[in-house]
Amino acid sequence: MLLVSSSTYIAAVLFLVVMGVVFTGILDSYSLGPQDASPAIAFFQLFWFPVLFMVPLLTMKCLAEERRLGTIETLFTAPVTTAEVVLGKFGAAYGLYMAMWGSTGGFFYLLKRFSNDSHLVDFGPMVGGYLFIAVSGMLFVALGVFASSLARNQAVAGILCFAMLFVLIVGGYYLPDAAWLSREAFHPVKTALDYARVFQHYEDFTRGVVDSRQIIFYLSGTVLALIFSILSVEAKLLHS
Amino acid sequence: MPEPLPPAIEVSRLVKAFAGVTAVDDISFMVPRGEVLGFLGPNGAGKSTTMRILTGYLPATSGSVNICGFPVATRPDEIKRRIGYMPENNPLPSDMRVSEYLYYRGRLKEMARRKLGPRIDEVLELCDLKRVRHSIIGRLSKGYRQRVGIAEAILAEPPVIIMDEPTIGLDPHQILIVRDLLAGLRGRMTVIISSHILAEIEVTCDRVLILNRGRVVAQGAPSALRREFLGHTTYEIELSGDPGRLAALFCALDPNLRIAGQGEPDADGFRRISLTTERTDELGEALLRALLGQNVRVRSLSRAQPTLEDLFLAATRRSWDTVDKR
Repeated sequence: MLLVSSSTYIAAVLFLVVMGVVFTGILDSYSLGPQDASPAIAFFQLFWFPVLFMVPLLTMKCLAEERRLGTIETLFTAPVTTAEVVLGKFGAAYGLYMAMWGSTGGFFYLLKRFSNDSHLVDFGPMVGGYLFIAVSGMLFVALGVFASSLARNQAVAGILCFAMLFVLIVGGYYLPDAAWLSREAFHPVKTALDYARVFQHYEDFTRGVVDSRQIIFYLSGTVLALIFSILSVEAKLLHS
Repeated sequence: MPEPLPPAIEVSRLVKAFAGVTAVDDISFMVPRGEVLGFLGPNGAGKSTTMRILTGYLPATSGSVNICGFPVATRPDEIKRRIGYMPENNPLPSDMRVSEYLYYRGRLKEMARRKLGPRIDEVLELCDLKRVRHSIIGRLSKGYRQRVGIAEAILAEPPVIIMDEPTIGLDPHQILIVRDLLAGLRGRMTVIISSHILAEIEVTCDRVLILNRGRVVAQGAPSALRREFLGHTTYEIELSGDPGRLAALFCALDPNLRIAGQGEPDADGFRRISLTTERTDELGEALLRALLGQNVRVRSLSRAQPTLEDLFLAATRRSWDTVDKR
């Protein structure tokens, strides 16, 4: 359903335009003077921006639209299980998400092709950045699918997904620094929040530190979100 | 000797309650293979709910449903392979093309790629959809969309087809096409359709199930139901003369024969009178003979054929009475 609707292509083009502008902006600042990080690091540092907008756009339709149109009825009377449907929706959205990020690889290719300065294209942070995008994308997309399974209206699903991602990414960035958390009594909470700090994960990945704890954080979060989506779809069928 | 095949659909003591409301209340029925069964009933009678339970989409509160010998509650995978279902209001994805949609549904129903292409051509031909096969579903008119839904239901050639109001929104010509389509399926596939159009059910169905308030109020062939629910015959006469004088005459002819209603005389002095009797044999000739001797002018006499509509009204009224009495 994703590949036949025009909104997908519009979203993909907008994504590439925005990311292209961002990339050019970064290169501009490099042409003005030497910087201490490679362009790949600066580029992937902005990962939260497309995530906050693109993931809700990609996933909000997947289950909410089926429910609103009623096609969920024909879908579930075909020989498929709820888990297959949810995994299929997740796989499709994740595939598209990765394809869109993958196409930004063209930026780096162009940079390498046309700049004679080889140190501008730093291979390590680039691979780390894409790896981070791939691993964290699973959780983000799974949250989007979960939001879509809760709502009938796709706008509601989109806003819900945006809110969840915002709390996870931006909230996770600021909250551990809050003063009240540094009290002794809140120490376990602070440790847990530090552990779930998405920006910290990103920095580790681009520095080449691939921590299995972080991968497990994303994988378990993905599995949990998908299980909740399956339960939510089934519960809505039971109580419809 | 081989085991006789189980009936296509077997429903026993089915109950479905939604938060406080019993939508389906203790329904039992059976459909042999190859039969076309019609569901009739007012809105909210439980037709759609029953159909959804049959397809395994909704779980039942209690009771059991077997389709081709498989229980719906515990073997939903087997049921879903044996059913073609067209839901109420016929939901379709609006972004896809007709042939794309049929291909997607065919693959979802585990049809082999090799067989799917020719089969899609076949159902497009059957449903008269060849001209729009590359059109986007969202831009099609209602009649076309309805036929896309029907094409999808018969696509995988399932032994059981369940269609919720398949002819709604079609013009008379398209209804004829659907009727022929259903007639072509009779004997090969078991079909359940629901409809508000009573004439439709009467022509296409072997058997009718009338539901009201979640209960079966009548079931059987349309002709048998007619006898059961309208235990009287109606004659209509157009005559000029004083009907008051005729009451005694009718009474002499048949003690049960009563004047059920009479209209106002028209410009020529003729009025329409309807008579009812409990006798089922033909009274027309005796009536005419008796009237001619009375110096009354008769313009026409006919025996009224009760339609399924009368039957439907009588059956649902009767169940309203029983509900109210409790």
